[in-house]
Amino acid sequence: MPSGLAEDDERYKEPPENELLARLRAGDEAAFLRLVDRYGRAMHKIARAYVRDDATAEDVVQEAWLGMLRGLATFEGRSSLRGWLFTIVVNRAKTRGVRDARSVPFSALARDEVQADDPSVAPDRFAGPEAKWPRHWREEPASWGDRPEARLLSREFRARIDEAIDTLPPAQRTVVILRDVAGHSTPEICNALALAETNVRVLLHRARAKIRRALDPYLTEGSFT
Amino acid sequence: MTPDLDCIDLVEITTEYFEGTLPPAEVARLEAHLTECDGCTEFVRQMRVTQDTLGRLDAATLSAPARERLLTTFRAWRSEKP
Repeated sequence: MPSGLAEDDERYKEPPENELLARLRAGDEAAFLRLVDRYGRAMHKIARAYVRDDATAEDVVQEAWLGMLRGLATFEGRSSLRGWLFTIVVNRAKTRGVRDARSVPFSALARDEVQADDPSVAPDRFAGPEAKWPRHWREEPASWGDRPEARLLSREFRARIDEAIDTLPPAQRTVVILRDVAGHSTPEICNALALAETNVRVLLHRARAKIRRALDPYLTEGSFT
Repeated sequence: MTPDLDCIDLVEITTEYFEGTLPPAEVARLEAHLTECDGCTEFVRQMRVTQDTLGRLDAATLSAPARERLLTTFRAWRSEKP
């Protein structure tokens, strides 16, 4: 073959779910690993929002995959395979979190995060009441330049984005991973986390705003503003 | 006439705006504000870029030991199943 293109296409193309399901049921290891590589890390991060340490989160993820395998025979495909997998990990993590005396229930974490005063942009970036234009930018946000997307997808930025996600408060971290990284719909997330839509949107907004703020200094450095 | 939207309030509703859950009157106020405010236009752009970037992260793989452990689990399940 003259180039690796066809092979790459094959690797990045996600097989249809019913095909993956059939292969999993037949005991196909490659199909299993494909799912693990795609969702394993996101599942770990979700589990980590409910339990006190990484080792416990890893146990939860292992249990969730086993739960998925054992449930394959009776899974009817009413939800997506991905949605089902995340529901399993959330449920296992919740159970584990309740068993674990030191953990705080997710609903309490989410409530505290929603109720906290947590502005998207530091309030001192806006003019006070004495100004000609109160509540407007004191100084406009510096530009991220022409093509920030290309820089953001570099290896250097991956590490910074990961770090920004890891340092989010737990409920915000879980919601932004489910919504933006894993691509679940808001109703799916409300369902899995037992949260109201408005609260999911508040958590999502706060998470995105914090990540924007974490990336901002790196994207504006060296600019002329 | 509804009062203008201030920058300090606009930065709190961009997710509602992107998700399409902002009431039409609020959308009109927000978009009117953007036509006049470079600062908020840049902010909205940065929030969109942030969101898009999160959606384009490759799912990083698990640590090798965690992956190995899962593979063992899978093989055990496969040998058990009827």
